[in-house]
Amino acid sequence: MSDTSAPGAPAARTDRRRREGSLFDLSHPGRTGVALPPLDVPAIDPPALFGSAHRSEVAGEVEASEVDVVRHFTRLSQLNFAIDTALYPLGSCTMKHNPRINEEVARLAGFSDVHPYTAEHLVQGALELLWLLEERLKTLTGFARVTLQPSAGANGELAGTLMIRAAHVARGNARRHILVPDSAHGTNPASAHFAGYSVIELASNARGTLDLAELEAKLTDEVAALMITVPNTLGVFEENILKITEMVHAKGALVYLDGANFNAFVGKVRPADMGVDVMHMNLHKTFSTPHGGGGPGAGPVGVGPALVPYLPTPTVERDGEVFRLSYDRPGSIGRMRTFHGNFGVLVRALTYIESYGNTIPEVAEAAVLNANYLRKRLEPFYHLKYDAPSYHEVVFSDRKQAAGGIHNIDIAKRLMDYGFHPPTMSFPLIVPGALMIEPTESEPKEELDAFADAMIAIAKECQETPELVHGAPHTTPVGRLDDASTAREASKPGSFAPVLRAPVR
Amino acid sequence: MSTYPDDRFYTKSHEWVRVEGATGTIGITDHAQQELGEVVFVDLPDVGELFDAGQEFGTIESVKAVSEVFLPIAGEVVEVNKTLVDEPGAVNEDPYGDGWLVKLKVTSDGDMAGLLSAAAYEKFVEEEAKG
Repeated sequence: MSDTSAPGAPAARTDRRRREGSLFDLSHPGRTGVALPPLDVPAIDPPALFGSAHRSEVAGEVEASEVDVVRHFTRLSQLNFAIDTALYPLGSCTMKHNPRINEEVARLAGFSDVHPYTAEHLVQGALELLWLLEERLKTLTGFARVTLQPSAGANGELAGTLMIRAAHVARGNARRHILVPDSAHGTNPASAHFAGYSVIELASNARGTLDLAELEAKLTDEVAALMITVPNTLGVFEENILKITEMVHAKGALVYLDGANFNAFVGKVRPADMGVDVMHMNLHKTFSTPHGGGGPGAGPVGVGPALVPYLPTPTVERDGEVFRLSYDRPGSIGRMRTFHGNFGVLVRALTYIESYGNTIPEVAEAAVLNANYLRKRLEPFYHLKYDAPSYHEVVFSDRKQAAGGIHNIDIAKRLMDYGFHPPTMSFPLIVPGALMIEPTESEPKEELDAFADAMIAIAKECQETPELVHGAPHTTPVGRLDDASTAREASKPGSFAPVLRAPVR
Repeated sequence: MSTYPDDRFYTKSHEWVRVEGATGTIGITDHAQQELGEVVFVDLPDVGELFDAGQEFGTIESVKAVSEVFLPIAGEVVEVNKTLVDEPGAVNEDPYGDGWLVKLKVTSDGDMAGLLSAAAYEKFVEEEAKG
């Protein structure tokens, strides 16, 4: 992996594997993947049986052999980039290794084959798992209770903001606003809107963190909550977090913590001890469950005592040695989704937590160490707008390269030629041309070095052979996509529809 | 490089307003469109809506992000640039001309207090770039 010679000159895209067509292209009339035995019952007459519904020829279905189909899908799978292929430094997303023991446990029949309507006394083990995961998350966060229902982070944010609203309504005034820093994940203002609040943005200070004077100025009696991310999206810890939560509470407002970056301090600090009232955790980030295809995820929400009456139902309660579901919560905001959320994800997350046991702080330590190692290696080559200490991720920008006309998207595309997934781009919004790099704790030093070597080689290419970077990627099945035209067409009602099926021949 | 026409006023959130008589035309600056990247969708208010100065009146979606746009002055919307529905790229190509966003009936007696002149905006952009 230490070979850092530049991927060669743009190769013509003639390799068969690079222009894999659709399965329909492999179809030949009469070809089949099965050999049926001779008919040993009386043949029927389909037209006589089905009348006008009878179809005289098969419409547009693939006729191919097993070997054609297996090779097609195997070739497609080889085009995939995945966390199982190489470093996947997508900042904020925490693309860490998905341990295989998680998969083994999730496939145990007692977990994978139960129906959610099975009687409680027959699924005591599954209920105990939910109870135990809540206990573990309570231990790690310091909260009074945790709901496991939400499907992912944004769904957890909605659960949290709805509980905040319910608590204020119970006090007689729902209040009108939620404060959100300008470095926040876009889901924060979206969730606040969904819960019926208007969003007031807080400008960050020169360090990239919350500006206390700005908070003081905008923190009125009509503010229901502050939504804050720790460490924030720059990977910088809010060093005034205790002061911040104190100020918010003094106004009768609540503090929502976006737990997307919990992996930076899991096992080291408990969010409840910072004065946080409610927080979601992305199990697919901090607790290593897969991000496959955009889901399923899980976004449990921990709450302090003030919000316990408003938790979604049912909750899992333990009576001695018996576990049961409780729906007795008159103030509940209701369900966030069906049954118990993405149960298989919950099994994997508990497996991860139990695998680490008391050593879970090492997850945060390694994540922070890896991010800082990359920061030190790349700092001479890429601009760092905010130089406050990094936690689990580091946000560079394209400022040095942009002077020569090369932007973050060019650098990201060129990384693909070197065999890496690009980092998150153009986020957080307060860093123009952002390249947001999060290596996670999973990566060995050799992989970190290979990535840093590639980034450094690209920085040199930006000066010496900029056309190579501008034209990237050169080694992928298709080159640079016209994302602007695609998005423009897609935004016109009715004018765009992706072709998801073969034309009828 | 960005240009700064001096027949209009600017905001620190990178909008411009040009007032002719009782009508104010609003758009985003060349610097703003460069930072946004290629614009793919523009969401604008309805004619007849009333806004305060500084209020969000629409969103601009680029290949990078969705950004809110804020009104430099108060007023009632009298016209929106419908051509942006089919040609959102006009915001990139001609931000001070064909890429305008809305026209307002100005309700604040043309009060430009708090807005930046072309020279002051140019200085602001330079300082922002240094930060």
